[in-house]
Amino acid sequence: MTDPVHTLAVEGITVGYDDRVVVHDMTLEIAPGAVTAIVGANGCGKSTLLRAMARLLRARTGRVLLDGTPIDAMPSREVATVLGLLPQAPVCPEGIAVADLVGRGRYPHQGWFRRWTAQDDAVVEQALVATDILDLADRPVDELSGGQRQRVWIAMALAQQTDVLLLDEPTTFLDVAHQVDVLDLLVDLNRDRGTTIVMVLHDLNLAARYADQLVALTDGRLYAQGDPSDVVTEQMVRDVFGMAARVVPDPVSGTPLVLPMGRHRTGRGAQRTDDAGATVPPVELPAAQPVP
Amino acid sequence: MTAVLDAAPGTGAVVARGRRARARRRRAVLLVLVLAVVVVAVVALCVGERTYAPTQVLRVLLGEQVPGASFNVGVLRAPRVLTGVLVGLAFGMGGVVFQTMLRNPLASPDIIGVSAGSSAAAVVAITMFGLSGAALSLVAVVAGLGVAGAIYALSWRSGVQGARLVLIGIAVGAMLDSVIGYAMTRAGIYDANEALRWLTGSLNSAFWLGVGPLAAALALLLPALLLLARRLPALQLGDDAAAGLGVSPDRSRLALLLVAVAAIAVATAATGPIAFVAFLSGPIAHRLLRGTGTLLVPAALVGALLVLTADLVGQHLLVHRFPVGVVTGVLGAPYLLWLLARTNRSGGSL
Repeated sequence: MTDPVHTLAVEGITVGYDDRVVVHDMTLEIAPGAVTAIVGANGCGKSTLLRAMARLLRARTGRVLLDGTPIDAMPSREVATVLGLLPQAPVCPEGIAVADLVGRGRYPHQGWFRRWTAQDDAVVEQALVATDILDLADRPVDELSGGQRQRVWIAMALAQQTDVLLLDEPTTFLDVAHQVDVLDLLVDLNRDRGTTIVMVLHDLNLAARYADQLVALTDGRLYAQGDPSDVVTEQMVRDVFGMAARVVPDPVSGTPLVLPMGRHRTGRGAQRTDDAGATVPPVELPAAQPVP
Repeated sequence: MTAVLDAAPGTGAVVARGRRARARRRRAVLLVLVLAVVVVAVVALCVGERTYAPTQVLRVLLGEQVPGASFNVGVLRAPRVLTGVLVGLAFGMGGVVFQTMLRNPLASPDIIGVSAGSSAAAVVAITMFGLSGAALSLVAVVAGLGVAGAIYALSWRSGVQGARLVLIGIAVGAMLDSVIGYAMTRAGIYDANEALRWLTGSLNSAFWLGVGPLAAALALLLPALLLLARRLPALQLGDDAAAGLGVSPDRSRLALLLVAVAAIAVATAATGPIAFVAFLSGPIAHRLLRGTGTLLVPAALVGALLVLTADLVGQHLLVHRFPVGVVTGVLGAPYLLWLLARTNRSGGSL
């Protein structure tokens, strides 16, 4: 990347809907050029935090800083050339072709009277190539499968050519293969273009595997932020999700793997056996440093 | 799947080819629509109690004095056709802006009570205050804007949602209909006749005197609508996605709403609310163009075509002469029923 890496931070923001406060006085810096996943229980304020960073919600107190400037003070079109967003449930216009939908990502780069250019065509095509859907370019989006559709939306965000990309649960409604597929694609983007990626993820294990940084929230407050192997501990799962769990190294990636312990079918949960059948003591991962 | 980033061609050739193919299809459909409007307009100028040849009509239009034709075509039919085209354009474009912006085909101004606002105000002004002419038109336009504002405010709950606005609009429309009914029962027979135009919509009172102001207002409003509508493609993707693209959903919606309502109200002031033209034009244009770009211009052309054709049918093809709004009403009602039945199942949008 030749462009300077943009920074995104929130400074003491309190955000809510109507009379309900969802995010309390939160301060946070997003690691530039990294993949950050925001995790936490339902209703902990993950999406609200992301929506505030994407200026979909106005903070009651505090501010969101993009490159050190309060985001509310910047023209929204200018913000949209730096900060892209893939919302949880975007609406697909009926009958629109894939390339046309992806082309809508070019909006912030077009002025009142600027027409579509060959440059726009090239950017759209590169986005289609990057998401591996160039062969679908002229198909109506309605006809595609859920996994393909998510690729189309990601391609639209790519066509926006922003250095920071926020995604609100990009893997919802996808089966496990397509979830991994989408996350791989995002890591590709991060590696190849240096795009800073911030996403809300439900699946703690996939978050721990794919993110460079985890942000764990509980009750609208920051619980911990850092490397997944520092953040994800049995204590953290208990504090954040209110659930007993074992945390072991993921045999595939070496990142922490959370094995939830419910009330049933956990007979051997407290112990682990190795190949020879001998009992292995529980794996201890370093405790996270709760943020003061 | 592995994604190849920036490695493959990416020159834009593939995208450009598809885009050009869609643009060609769009141009072809637009051309056909324009031709259809012209043909129907010419037929409407030629046909009547006395029918003239197109060459005679052309001579009249070029300013020559043709005995008989100069009056029938030049004085009676030409302003009627021109008014039909203008209000058709306004209803079609205003309607599709509503439907696209609120992502709901039911959110057309004639369904959600905006046109009813203009009508109710006009009927009350005629029957109770004896207004007519420009003052009457002004009242209708102001009332249309006021009712639209009221519906917008009533459906506001930290943002406006299409479905809620439609329901509130239908309720407001029903209330206004009862206002019209009340005013009509109290009206004298002559007033009631004049007020009738505000219920069904008719081109019977279209004369040269009214064409000028109508054309001038629309020459201002329709281009403004086209300019504002550059934000529609972003708004169509949902409020969050629109904001992500740098479009403020609430501010854009308000601006679009104001200009669209103004266009609809100006047209309503000229001819009354021609039933269902705003409601039908967008979906018809959508079906013709299927995903080849914004619908404003095609829907406007469809609106003009609908008004002209329905007026021609109402004037000459039926046993009695019917005002244009009766004919479009007959066309639109079954579509509304079908749409209501279908959206219950799938929840479609334009």
